[in-house]
Amino acid sequence: MNRKTLAAAFPHTVPVLMGYLSIGVVFGWMLSAAGFAPTWAALMSVTIYAGSGQYLGVELLKNASPLGDAAFLTLIINFRHLVYGLSMLEKFQGMGWRKLYMIFSLTDETYALLAGVEAPPGVDEKGFYFAIALLDHLYWIVGSVIGAVAGALITINTAGIDFAMTALFLVIAVEQWQSGGHHAPVYLGAAGTLACLLVFGPENGRFLIPALAILVMGLLLMRPTLDRPEAPAKGGGAL
Amino acid sequence: MTTSQIAALVAVMAVVTFLTRALPFLLFGRGGEPPRVVLYLGRFLPPAVIAMLIVYCYRNTSFSAVSGWAPGLIAGLAVVGLHLWKKNNMLSIVGGTILYMVLVQAVF
Repeated sequence: MNRKTLAAAFPHTVPVLMGYLSIGVVFGWMLSAAGFAPTWAALMSVTIYAGSGQYLGVELLKNASPLGDAAFLTLIINFRHLVYGLSMLEKFQGMGWRKLYMIFSLTDETYALLAGVEAPPGVDEKGFYFAIALLDHLYWIVGSVIGAVAGALITINTAGIDFAMTALFLVIAVEQWQSGGHHAPVYLGAAGTLACLLVFGPENGRFLIPALAILVMGLLLMRPTLDRPEAPAKGGGAL
Repeated sequence: MTTSQIAALVAVMAVVTFLTRALPFLLFGRGGEPPRVVLYLGRFLPPAVIAMLIVYCYRNTSFSAVSGWAPGLIAGLAVVGLHLWKKNNMLSIVGGTILYMVLVQAVF
């Protein structure tokens, strides 16, 4: 990757720069407010690199969740990535060692950029994709570290800052809702989960395990109605 | 929590996140066509899971006092309203969170 490739990629990543800096700052601040050093924010953003996954991670760390619960919750929150990978199979072909990094760094935003851009003439296509992925990752790391350091230095009452995770999911839900298509999966998700919460109680979020089973079974039952070619695909959400 | 406990949780999150991203490449990277049922779930499970996670976020709501449910409800409606109006991720998330913090700290 040379300067020319980087210069070609940068303008495309500016919207992600704004988004990742702000969402990253909130993540870092939440983690500091939960009592963790800024180095943890940096480590998480380098190795996990997932917006909603790391917001959830703050909650998991704060509650000292068992590893099994953490694995399960991380799995379901990242399930949508399965779809992204499927549509990037061809694009990442022939990228050599960089392919591993491209797969690792396939967040919602990077996916959206890669799905929509083409390298300008004279710029190496694969290097261009790699530069986009790398720049996005750097923005996320920088944002989290700024937030974590600010949260550690500025001592204001941070009670309630964890609402940022709720707000993030609400934003994603609004965007999915407006992207059209069937709303039945949303009703199913809300009602099925609420039922499991009432039956099993809120402790450790374990009610999500039967809830997920209900969602998958419910969706399989609804497949004859929903799975038609003309139904528009839902957007992947923001983060 | 000890440093190694924190590190173990972070490692689990990192490995699982990477696996969810790598799975399609591992399963279908050699040209095999994914089963239609996988594509179907890939399309319709995410919106259902987001609804599920919103319920998860509200799991500790209590109705024994106004302070147990009102801040979350008001701030949640504000986030949805702001996002329908301005469609700006940062404004909706930061605005809703600050409103929630004010509500729990100073109002209720």
